[in-house]
Amino acid sequence: MKRQRIVHSYSRFKNYIRRPHIVISLILLAILLFIVLLPFAKMVQDSFVWQFADTRLSRSAEPGEFTLFHWKRVFASPLTRNILSRPLFNSVTTSLSVSACAMIIGSFLAWLVSRSDLPFKKTIATVAVLPYVIPSYIHALAWLNLFKNERIGGAAGVFQYLTGVSPPDWLSYGYLPIVVTLSIHYFPFTFLLVSAALTSIDSRLEESGEILGAGRAHILRRITFPLVLPALLSSFILTFSRVLGTFGTPYFLGTPVRYYTLSTQIYSNIINRVPSVGYILAFVLIAISSAIIYFNQKMIGRSKSYVTIAGKGFRVTESPLGNLRYLILCIIALLFFVSVFMPFLLILWQTLTLYPDDYSLKHLTLLFWIGKANTAFAEGEAGILRNPAILGAAWNSIKLALTASVLAGFFGIFIGYAVVKGKNTKLSSMVEQMSFLPYLVPGIAFGALYLALFSHRIGPLPALYGTFFLVALVCIAKNLPFTGRAGITSMLQIGSELEEASETLGARWTTRFRKIILPLSIQGAISGFVLVFITVMRELSLIILLVTPETRTLTTMTFRYQEQGYSQFSSAISVLIIVIVVFGELLSRRMGKKGTI
Amino acid sequence: MDAPIIEVRNLTKVFGSVLAVDNVTFSISEKEFLILLGPSGCGKTTILRMIAGLEIPTEGDIFIKDRLVFSSSKGVFVPARERAVGLVFQSYALWPHMTVFENIAFGLKVKRESSQIVAEKVEKILEYMQLEGMKQRYPQEMSGGQQQRVALARMLVNRPDILLMDEPLSNLDAKLRLEMRAEIKNIHSQTGATTVYVTHDQVEAQTMASNIAVINKGVIEQLAPPKTIYNRPANLFVADFIGSPTINMIEGRTDKKGDDEGIFVEDGHLALKTAYTDIQPGIDVVAAIRPENIAIVEEDRVNTIVGEVRTILPSGPETVLRVSHGAFQFSLLVTQEVNLSPGAKIRMHLPPENILVFDKKTGSLFPLEA
Repeated sequence: MKRQRIVHSYSRFKNYIRRPHIVISLILLAILLFIVLLPFAKMVQDSFVWQFADTRLSRSAEPGEFTLFHWKRVFASPLTRNILSRPLFNSVTTSLSVSACAMIIGSFLAWLVSRSDLPFKKTIATVAVLPYVIPSYIHALAWLNLFKNERIGGAAGVFQYLTGVSPPDWLSYGYLPIVVTLSIHYFPFTFLLVSAALTSIDSRLEESGEILGAGRAHILRRITFPLVLPALLSSFILTFSRVLGTFGTPYFLGTPVRYYTLSTQIYSNIINRVPSVGYILAFVLIAISSAIIYFNQKMIGRSKSYVTIAGKGFRVTESPLGNLRYLILCIIALLFFVSVFMPFLLILWQTLTLYPDDYSLKHLTLLFWIGKANTAFAEGEAGILRNPAILGAAWNSIKLALTASVLAGFFGIFIGYAVVKGKNTKLSSMVEQMSFLPYLVPGIAFGALYLALFSHRIGPLPALYGTFFLVALVCIAKNLPFTGRAGITSMLQIGSELEEASETLGARWTTRFRKIILPLSIQGAISGFVLVFITVMRELSLIILLVTPETRTLTTMTFRYQEQGYSQFSSAISVLIIVIVVFGELLSRRMGKKGTI
Repeated sequence: MDAPIIEVRNLTKVFGSVLAVDNVTFSISEKEFLILLGPSGCGKTTILRMIAGLEIPTEGDIFIKDRLVFSSSKGVFVPARERAVGLVFQSYALWPHMTVFENIAFGLKVKRESSQIVAEKVEKILEYMQLEGMKQRYPQEMSGGQQQRVALARMLVNRPDILLMDEPLSNLDAKLRLEMRAEIKNIHSQTGATTVYVTHDQVEAQTMASNIAVINKGVIEQLAPPKTIYNRPANLFVADFIGSPTINMIEGRTDKKGDDEGIFVEDGHLALKTAYTDIQPGIDVVAAIRPENIAIVEEDRVNTIVGEVRTILPSGPETVLRVSHGAFQFSLLVTQEVNLSPGAKIRMHLPPENILVFDKKTGSLFPLEA
């Protein structure tokens, strides 16, 4: 009797395992375990164990032994103030300020574009996305080119060159410039979210208010505002969590005056060989980020936290702006000038200056673009277009972006297949949730996780630190939430019957996948692919801890040159990145994707 | 009787905590056209999908042509692609990225037939389904009816001897549906393939099936030829589900009146004589009579009731009347000319031999002699 039951459950297990989506789910879970959960576990472990480098910090350090030293150091030591409290305070205040500014600018712009009779609305909608498309730290570089002063930055910026006045530190570095540049970078995010919400609201809802005799301000306050409130809240919260994990901008603008945020503190701790402290700070970042994203999900449901712009054909009535429209148009033009054209111009100009602080026209040069190696300038480095190191980095960037986007895209298709096919089973929701996890981990912390796990050998696997594979892996893992979601959506659209039809005609799974599932889902995957390509192309926070000279990319090269004071080089590479990324964005728009981030 | 082509034993399917199919047993013999009929969500599609091998049953055994294709106790599961059954989906499930030719040729190519044979067979089936000249089209460039034909062709080209169809006509308009009904019936008689067909449309079931299985909440309520299902519904659910307008039901209690032959059904206002003779008196029952069995008469007979016409719903050759008698509402289906207006009083005759009596407690029909 008992034996029979065992046979019974074994055969049931066999049946269970025979279904392809179960097999795929299990494989995916194993991979996700390896690239998502394991790094996390390793990081937890490392934070409780003495490291070799710790012998510098404490005499009682015994590498490999259990200790609470790092946790005490972060949370309860004289250093807590400098390591945790201050940076945390700075992170939270900058994030809050940026979220608020970005929300005000973005939502106002969204309302104008979708609800008013403003001219050139289409152009405005296109240009408004650009600040978000280019890497965030490029605004920081532009700011430095404009406002840096000679006291800290070495060479002075354009402002000082033109006016002769040395800008005060608070204008050049720290809180204010960080908030301004990141607000400029993030307002398009709110713009996209709120536009989507507004276009999905039938303006008849607003009109019925009007028929009942309500004034325009009243309608805006009592009808429109409550309807877009979820999108507003969501954009605020998501901007907050993104700014929290941003590394480049606070590094360029904060570190010179010792204005640290959590992300820059993580970086400097890891660089200064106190990785365990960096890991613990990364936990703090992950905890805050997870908490607010969880809060956001609870409030508005999961689907909305992914920005998808899918306007439905509702009737939209335009509010007349009257004479105000020209004033508003001027303000928007100014905004675009400040957020798009001026940064680009500043960066471009910087690349053409022979000496970092001499912006005069007579000293303009193409040396840093096409100049041959000349020991008189930049320690003999050749211009970027003939500099093998930079061309190598460019090739790395493209290789990385291509690899990551293709593989993450494929992964996404498999995730979509496993999740949709196994609908409502525990296994499928496990796959879905695990693939979503990287979304909760800020870029710099995710890099730290990978550093913790892959800098040593794991069983038969050699240490991956320093390999291209590791950098690609982290980019794939970090983008899984997006490609996975895209895969689920496209698989839901395809439906399961198309595959089943081929199954009843005798096709085995490989044939079904090759002939039916792949061709049908590839269309949806391509726009996701371009998206990931752009994201990886401009990625800095995620990979800065993992790249080595062999695996450096354009973004990390920018970072290094800027760090060493060669702002012409960093600016020139930035121009290169902007060109590639904007081209990619336009290409993805061409292919019908309306703009998803 | 022949050996069954498909045999289903104690089949059960549980989705999460929902019991979709509950211990179902039936068999289908060769060349039979079995229709699984029931309201939406009753489990009929799930049964079909389990036969096809697209859904794994929770319990039970399935045999196809004497081969065990599923057994929960023996741990047997033959996947769909090895069962060699043809399936047509409600949505047709034509592949949008393939032409008509590629769609139809798919199954043959999977079997690695030579391209010449593939071309010949596809050509032949296209002709048979009146789809000549369409092979380079994509499905989305065709009408619903044409897509339906392609879906049928894609299945038929492989010459399966078991055809499974999941509401294949539900997406077509009324006229096309009639046409395709005849077409499918024709295919069935020409190929002689055993067919299992799922629908919620009782007219479709009545016109096409050799046997109907009426399914409700995962259970087969009755499995019988269409005529039997209609004239002798096994229980109240089947009686109520089959027939349009729905059958008239009168709740009451059985009684015997004097030395009159037959059992009466009484409820205080009405006393109906029935053809039954051996039901115990004093049982709670439901008497039922089909609308077309109630006749309009001039003079009093046995079981004659006077009622007032409420609504008149003419539709071509027939007219449906709604007639009230006290708290009762009767539906009548008459085929002769009706010259009545609402409010008119009429005499209705309910022939005792047409009255079915069901046990109210169990819902099942009392057996009628001969």
